[in-house]
Amino acid sequence: MLDALTVAVSAAALALAAWCGFAAFRDQSTKDWHFIGMAVVTFLVLVQLVVGIVQSVRGEKAEEGTTIFVAYLLGALCAVPIAGFMSLAERSRWGSATVAAGAVVLAVLEVRLYDIWTVG
Amino acid sequence: MTATQEKAARSPRNRLVSGPGILLVWLYGVMSVGAVSRSIYQIATEFDRAPLAYGLSAVAAVVYVFITYTLVRGGEKARRAALVCCAAELAGVVIVGTWTLVDPSAFPDATVWSDFGYGYLFIPVLLPLTGIWWLRRTRAAADA
Repeated sequence: MLDALTVAVSAAALALAAWCGFAAFRDQSTKDWHFIGMAVVTFLVLVQLVVGIVQSVRGEKAEEGTTIFVAYLLGALCAVPIAGFMSLAERSRWGSATVAAGAVVLAVLEVRLYDIWTVG
Repeated sequence: MTATQEKAARSPRNRLVSGPGILLVWLYGVMSVGAVSRSIYQIATEFDRAPLAYGLSAVAAVVYVFITYTLVRGGEKARRAALVCCAAELAGVVIVGTWTLVDPSAFPDATVWSDFGYGYLFIPVLLPLTGIWWLRRTRAAADA
């Protein structure tokens, strides 16, 4: 369940990064549709956070410790929304580039989350 | 400071977070959060295992937080302070990066700046270069 979510969030984050990166390439600021995309990605991360906490409470142990696991889940939740707010302050291609960078950061965090959770 | 410079300092051009600056602030913010949380966790739980590595990570964290703050604050003084810190950061990455390669035994665990920031996609070495470029460019814009 959690692994599937991690893969889903990574894929969604990379898609968002490509989309906003394309907007930056075309010299466009973030539009309503981009914010809907950010909301979808953030919602997936929120689901992941809840599932992760529930599984930890039920007694499943993250390989590298629960503290690090939850800290990364919270960090992953914040990445895209904060980048989104910054793109509201910077209505240019650079706002779009910031959201793209935020989505890449999220994808990296997901890879780390996978390592932290998985035994091995 | 001359009158024109004063005017430039107040003009929106010298805001360090406009245009590409916003991306820079975002990346410095991410590195700040990453380095601060990492060093707090490591120093709190396992400091004795690798005091040098964790101490250096904490120094990196302070530098990142300070640069983020100066970038957000803006203005000529902050720009200069940020420039100095970017140079210090670059020196730190190069020195610590070389140190970890030459004498790996001194580092039982990695620091943020180990192997020139390899574990962070080399962002630690690219960031100060971009930062210095941006900070010099914003001065050029303000002078113009």
